[in-house]
Amino acid sequence: MAARGEADRFQTHAERVSDRELFMRRVFRAVRQTVFDAMTKEDLVRRWWAPRSLGVTLFECSIEARVGGAYRYVFGKEGQPPMAFSGVFREVAPGARVVYTQIFEPMREAGEGLITATYADTDDGFTLFEQRELYPSKEVLDGAMASGMERGMRETLDQLATLLGELGSS
Amino acid sequence: MVSTFAALAEPNRFHIVEHLRHGARSVGDLCERLDLSQPLVSKHLRVLLDAGLVDVEARSRQRFYGLRPKPLRALHDWLDTYRTIWDARFTALDDLLVELEPNTKKKESPHGRKRRS
Repeated sequence: MAARGEADRFQTHAERVSDRELFMRRVFRAVRQTVFDAMTKEDLVRRWWAPRSLGVTLFECSIEARVGGAYRYVFGKEGQPPMAFSGVFREVAPGARVVYTQIFEPMREAGEGLITATYADTDDGFTLFEQRELYPSKEVLDGAMASGMERGMRETLDQLATLLGELGSS
Repeated sequence: MVSTFAALAEPNRFHIVEHLRHGARSVGDLCERLDLSQPLVSKHLRVLLDAGLVDVEARSRQRFYGLRPKPLRALHDWLDTYRTIWDARFTALDDLLVELEPNTKKKESPHGRKRRS
């Protein structure tokens, strides 16, 4: 692994690692079980998932972190229709690994994603959190990203990038 | 941001946006070009309107839909936005973790902890 600055590991790293997959990594200053709890217990998730700076409110949060258990996050901006993520836990190894499905309910027809999160010890007693988000299809992730920044984009995304250029200069 | 994401993630809506890059179109025109039913195109346009991606203008008896540049520009670097959203969440999570583990060493990195807010 390439050497990263000490401060860097406490920042969120995100990249697209395949047609259908995003990868995210972050180190937290706590032991694995604590980080796991903070991410899987609803009363704790409520305290960080919608920070004020995002301008989004978490209206409902229910999490049943066991195999076959469901979760649902309902959120949105005040005065606008709420949206929800929901899914079912496929694997739950407390403090180590969680696998769960995810549907973004406003686009249910796009299909179900699969998220794998792992928690590992760092040498200095912190927690390395890594998350892979597998999207239902390349098209869904492309649409989500709809960005001129990715190399190897399909033609339609190139066109959208052109559009952005056109709009930007008008 | 999320509604822009949802709006564009649906392939038909993405195609509508692509067609609109050539200029405002009527619903009927879009139906023909995309080979979709009018109710379906109207439904998708409603979502694009709600996401602020398009606006609508009445010309004689028809309604023309056109792109609004701003939200598209905001999407330009979606991955960076995604990262920023999670970074904001995780910064809030850091504060919670300090509360949950009051005894954890709060050792500053040699470079000092980067505070983001």
